[in-house]
Amino acid sequence: MNLTPGSRWKSAVCDTEAVVVRPPAAPATLECGGQPMVAFSAAKPGGLTVDPAHAGGSLLGKRYLDEETGLEALCSKAGAGALSVSGRPLTIKEAKKLPSSD
Amino acid sequence: MHTALLLDMAAGAFPDRLALGSLADGVSYGELALRARAGAAWLDRLGEGSIVFIGLNGPALPTAVFAAGLLARPFAPLNYRLSNEELRKLLARTAPSVAIVDADMLPRVADAPGVVLVSRDQFEAACLDEAHRAAELTEIDPDIAVLLFTSGTTGEPKAAVLRHRHLTSYVISTVEFMGADEEEAALVSVPPYHIAGISAVLTGVYGGRRVVHLPAFTPEAWVEAAAAERITHAMMVPTMLGRVLDLLQASGERLPHLRALSYGGGRMPQPVIERALALLPHVDFVNAYGLTETSSTIAVLGPDDHRAAIASDDPSVRRRLGSVGRPLASLELEIRGLDGEPVPAGAAGEVWVRGEQISGEYLGRKLIRDDGWFPTNDSGWLDEAGYLFVEGRLDDVIVRGGENISPGEIEDVLRAHPAVRDVAVIGLPDLQWGERVAAVVVADAPADQLADWVRQRLRSTKTPEAFFFREALPYNETGKLLRRALRAELAEPAAA
Repeated sequence: MNLTPGSRWKSAVCDTEAVVVRPPAAPATLECGGQPMVAFSAAKPGGLTVDPAHAGGSLLGKRYLDEETGLEALCSKAGAGALSVSGRPLTIKEAKKLPSSD
Repeated sequence: MHTALLLDMAAGAFPDRLALGSLADGVSYGELALRARAGAAWLDRLGEGSIVFIGLNGPALPTAVFAAGLLARPFAPLNYRLSNEELRKLLARTAPSVAIVDADMLPRVADAPGVVLVSRDQFEAACLDEAHRAAELTEIDPDIAVLLFTSGTTGEPKAAVLRHRHLTSYVISTVEFMGADEEEAALVSVPPYHIAGISAVLTGVYGGRRVVHLPAFTPEAWVEAAAAERITHAMMVPTMLGRVLDLLQASGERLPHLRALSYGGGRMPQPVIERALALLPHVDFVNAYGLTETSSTIAVLGPDDHRAAIASDDPSVRRRLGSVGRPLASLELEIRGLDGEPVPAGAAGEVWVRGEQISGEYLGRKLIRDDGWFPTNDSGWLDEAGYLFVEGRLDDVIVRGGENISPGEIEDVLRAHPAVRDVAVIGLPDLQWGERVAAVVVADAPADQLADWVRQRLRSTKTPEAFFFREALPYNETGKLLRRALRAELAEPAAA
């Protein structure tokens, strides 16, 4: 899985879409709903469902972090599956709210 | 990450929410996304290369920014305040390109070689055309998002390169997606060719804050729009703020909807910000420091910093009102000496910065180092608490009312005058403009004649407002003009 910055991925089991913001330090597999995500332009594999252990959902506009590899992904479309890397649930990285400067 | 995705996300989540324009007839996120697609499809057929924008602020600007992004073609807004000759020269440098030009500016740029010219009206009409809206766009990996021409130290504008990854990283690390409430609206009065004009479009769309464009700034138009559109947020350069305060003071208008005012783009005279705090106590003030090459803001003096500074008797806290605050958490900032090594707190040096939003690159010239550090060419120092004080460009660019003015260009013009033997152009502190242009000359001609000479050849903002006559100018042993000595000598009486 080539998780380069800017690469876009979609869930194999729900509506979730994500874009890689920071690449992992080591090879990793980005998953959603317990299944590996697929490249944005690829066809979704059929017959897969959300693993109940990874059914917490994804939230649009949130940045998700895998502490172990440093992988960071932005959820660009919400869905029923939760994001994980090698089974580890990703945590939401709280934005350092900046006073509006533009 | 692609800037177009920022709009896609907003349009996907809140298609009907107002993105641009007035409360009465604004454009929604869904509509903006459709217009950008249609505009992209139309522009793609006209020609190749960059998408140039020569025109005033308005809904066409964000539409064109995202349309260019969808085509993965650089967006290049040009400064329409340049002289016709300068503008044509700059436009020629963008070739091959398609240029969207305001109708009344078209005659100024006619027959640019390698450039396809279209009027803004044509572009706006195409964005509403159902056929273009339905067109399929090919997904292309984006690279350069924006080319911004800065006025370089040599006087020849340099094209700063901002890639999609720089701009999106700035946006997503500093703004919460749709974090604004529905009443929020930002009034944008900085021109399209200013980095703040570009970042305002992107952060506004991602943050969910309605963007209202002021076509051209006057204090009267600004106050009128702020009141009528229930503006909650605005950014201005220090000069604009001073003029708005004058007007508010005279009229009694206090803009009750206004929540936050950010300023940047030049030195803020301390009396102006103190007056602002007193006149508008309900408003949060933010000083934002950044460069074109850093995708906008890299340090911020926030509302609490302002209040703490103004309320403090401790001079070291009080003076922070004159700082640009602390660096963003998403990047690193250091002050380095001439030897390239970091200097301790309190010592002045060059401001260096590193982070994902930092471009540090011009077309044909990269200033960012391999390790990601970018020397800003700004001189500054950090206090013990990490507040950054910026003293100005290391070289001597004059920043007058947010506009960068290169002394070299004015000196060249003055030197061409038959009665001028030597000349140095410097910036002197100015309460209204931050800095004003002054010329120190060795010459046998009266000041008004020299001023006319410059005005005829350059625009009026570049014409020195003061002339000082000398027998000779100070040089060091290696023949370098000692501008600093001149500034120090002349700044004193002028400030009194």
